Amino acid sequence: MASTLVKEYFREDKLPHIWCPGCGNGIVTRAIVKAIDSLGLDKDNVCIVSGIGCSSRAPGYLDFNTLHTTHGRALAFATGVKMAKPELEVIVITGDGDSSAIGGNHLIHACRRNIDITTIVFNNNIYGMTGGQYSPTTPTGDKGTTAPYGNLDANFDLCELTKGAGASYIARGTAYAAKQLEKFIAEGIKNKGFSFIEAITACPTYYGRKNKKGSAVDMLQTVKESAVMDKAWDRLSEEQRQGKFKIGSFHVEAKPEYTEEYKKLIASFNKGEE
Amino acid sequence: MATTTTVGLKSHTVEEEWCKGCGICVAFCPKNVLELENEIVVVKRLEDCIQCGQCELRCPDFAIWLGGK
Repeated sequence: MASTLVKEYFREDKLPHIWCPGCGNGIVTRAIVKAIDSLGLDKDNVCIVSGIGCSSRAPGYLDFNTLHTTHGRALAFATGVKMAKPELEVIVITGDGDSSAIGGNHLIHACRRNIDITTIVFNNNIYGMTGGQYSPTTPTGDKGTTAPYGNLDANFDLCELTKGAGASYIARGTAYAAKQLEKFIAEGIKNKGFSFIEAITACPTYYGRKNKKGSAVDMLQTVKESAVMDKAWDRLSEEQRQGKFKIGSFHVEAKPEYTEEYKKLIASFNKGEE
Repeated sequence: MATTTTVGLKSHTVEEEWCKGCGICVAFCPKNVLELENEIVVVKRLEDCIQCGQCELRCPDFAIWLGGK
């Protein structure tokens, strides 16, 4: 048996999912479904695309048009879907490694084009599915199976990255504040242009164990305590910001959307023929 | 299989086959209604429940929800 939400939007026969006990991915997936539900979108009009990784398993459990693609290429496939059928609501579910390492170029160019796709990154600071390798969002000094003495690289701030690249809606939420995350996702879907929502979630199995972060409950508690709303963040001193991160809806900008511009271009050719 | 617990107008359902016993619902319940028994969540004190839905909101396995089956 399942709740009405699960019955309506999930492929119930595929549950229980494969995620580890306490993995935040389920919480974020539910927030996405709730956001779609709150907007009253037609299921047949929604296409969810994912790449490879723990997070990218999500569309397999969801009862929409879904596409599970190759590693890092979710946005490339999603761009194709959106260009072929601009009337579809295209949503990309991806992980931190999938979107910012192997798919990093797809991400910045999708931002640059401002194509009407909503991307939700499940940021758990690690490559979970492949065995705990450090990702571009693993904090400096933290451990992964490929960084047993601590990661030397500086980590990406994905919201700043996408802002620089030109996304028109940018927000960061957490698996703890799932209700707020749902609101950000709904705003992102409504935005006509490229929307980027970073969902901070916890990987208790790889990131948690390697870095001695405690149980799934401890990790979600840490997420709760470290997240600071952007207005409160501005009032914190550099010292107070240590170990914390800001959340909120950071950036909304009205600018030309790619499929619309493309349609205009095609229309201008047709006019020339007449 | 799923178990529905009802007290007055309040009810909670747990799908035991989906629960992985992570304890998130137990830890974040503001009224201490839930407990783990043999690594599965059990609705222990439904009379204290305020039906806030935080367990349902944060269950990573969609295994607990307000209301019946």
